[in-house]
Amino acid sequence: MRNTRATQLLTELSREGRYNPLLPDCDVPQPPLEELLPREAIAAELLPLPEVAEPDLVRHYTNLSTLNMSVDTHFYPLGSCTMKYNPKRNERLAGLDGFAAVHPYQPEETIQGLLELLYELQEMLAEISGLHAVSLQPAAGAQGELTALLVAAAYFQERGEHRTKVLAPDSAHGTNPASAHMAGFRTVTVKSTPEGLVDRDDLRRHLDDEAAVFMVTNPNTLGLFETEIREIAEEVHGTGGLIYLDGANMNAILGISRPGDFGADMMHFNPHKTFSGPHGGGGPGAGPIAVTRDLAPFLPTPVVAREGDVFRLDEDRPRSIGRVRGFFGNVGVLVRAYCYIRTHGPEGLREVSENAVLNANYLLHRLKEFLPVPQGDCCMHEFVATAKDCKAERGITAMDIAKRLLDYGFHAPTVYFPPIVREAIMVEPTETESRETLDAFAEAIGKIVQEDPELLHAAPHSTPVTRPDDVRAARQPVMRAVAAGENGHEG
Amino acid sequence: MSPEELRYAKTHEWIGVKTDAQGNKVGTVGISAFAVESLTDLVFIELPKAGARVQAGESFGEVESVKAVSDLYSPVNGEIVEVNSELSENLEWLSEDCYGKGWLIKVRLDDEKPLGDLLDFAAYKQQCAEEQA
Repeated sequence: MRNTRATQLLTELSREGRYNPLLPDCDVPQPPLEELLPREAIAAELLPLPEVAEPDLVRHYTNLSTLNMSVDTHFYPLGSCTMKYNPKRNERLAGLDGFAAVHPYQPEETIQGLLELLYELQEMLAEISGLHAVSLQPAAGAQGELTALLVAAAYFQERGEHRTKVLAPDSAHGTNPASAHMAGFRTVTVKSTPEGLVDRDDLRRHLDDEAAVFMVTNPNTLGLFETEIREIAEEVHGTGGLIYLDGANMNAILGISRPGDFGADMMHFNPHKTFSGPHGGGGPGAGPIAVTRDLAPFLPTPVVAREGDVFRLDEDRPRSIGRVRGFFGNVGVLVRAYCYIRTHGPEGLREVSENAVLNANYLLHRLKEFLPVPQGDCCMHEFVATAKDCKAERGITAMDIAKRLLDYGFHAPTVYFPPIVREAIMVEPTETESRETLDAFAEAIGKIVQEDPELLHAAPHSTPVTRPDDVRAARQPVMRAVAAGENGHEG
Repeated sequence: MSPEELRYAKTHEWIGVKTDAQGNKVGTVGISAFAVESLTDLVFIELPKAGARVQAGESFGEVESVKAVSDLYSPVNGEIVEVNSELSENLEWLSEDCYGKGWLIKVRLDDEKPLGDLLDFAAYKQQCAEEQA
């Protein structure tokens, strides 16, 4: 039975005086507050914090947690996000005292094991990327992009070149232009061909002595491998530019194809997608980057260096762009990535990608019975279907289908991305799903597209919160918690 | 303005050009009904201030829907002389009357050359039909 109090706010559960002082009276004299703090630092009245008993507090959070849809409770084919199952063993290993209970100010000789692990992770990521050197510092994929673009800017500056443009395809993740802007570049969009690949004629039009970096995602966001990536890289290099590989889709090519081998000069990894880092939740994350030998001197400081059997943090890097993150990044995520890579080994990682691609192709062929997939019959780790015809014929949108899937017990796929496909439904099943799950998902979509459009417009029907009013939520957001019955509308 | 008399950019902006009292060519710029419908429910629009410069093919603002944020591209070169400043509070004007009350900016044209790259109504309608397909 659903506990309806689960979604009540703590302020709604609050009753005056309902708390248990658990601490004994203080046994040292307490000076008045006015003696301890300046007058302006003392609030005129106490904050209206909720007052609830411990069991109510525990039930509130525990019940809320059961309402979550996660990869541990549901199939989660969120395209572009690689929501594969994270083995619990990596959580346990990352929680070992030697990793979790160390302090960043501890002397290096007392954390040699951890430094050795990080050093080996640098080496493993260099091997997987086919590039020369790695920085584990960035705290997320997007920060990895920014860091690598700052590295590129430092490289061009040292060469005395004034390059102002970053190029990115119209199918790129939104982080690419955002990172370019933050790094001080101007972004120029490169068109895609009708087949969904980089339009090489359009790219060529933008390649000149102002083009610093071409940011490319390969496989791209349509789940297609840029088959001409080597020729593209040659052309970009021919005009003095660099290739940045957005590594968001590395789950498709591990151990099969290395970015450094197909011409990338720099790239980032998303450990939360590829190497079992925690998904979502706002972090903590990690976005290690790998670069060529020419770019390595500019990597952020510090990197883990090895001298014989001793590992240390190398801060003496005169050409470095400097620090991009406090201490040594989010080490806990890096430990999980190390464990994942070591558990699978080279052969296992290749199998990960082979199965991710196989699952995506199987699901593509099942889903094509119900929804068209404009960019072809064959994909890498994900594909993009369209609800364009459903919308034209019966008024059923991609959003309707996504919301209704929740009623069938599936997390929704990504919708309306990439923007070059109308009514896009972007599906990424990942390698960890069984054939039975993939079949059940395809069959659910098959049923949904036959359902009454009115039922779909109001979906989901079985969740604690049903269809929100997206427009009002964006235009008239209620920015503070309000108790039930109080009018929260602030205009 | 009547949509048949306007010229259109491939990126779905329209422009209608008139000559003002001083003899300057001034273009009123907006987005087409096709664009408004494709964007779905709009939640936010960011427009520049009067006096800003625009370049043909370059972004001069952005419009956000529940689906995505999209750039607005200028069809011409020139200086912005007027901005529809009430639009951001009345986004429904775009769905009700995108060729009238829902105009975005007025631009004093530097030159008429970029107008030659624009589509007339029939050619634009053709492009929309192809995109729809």
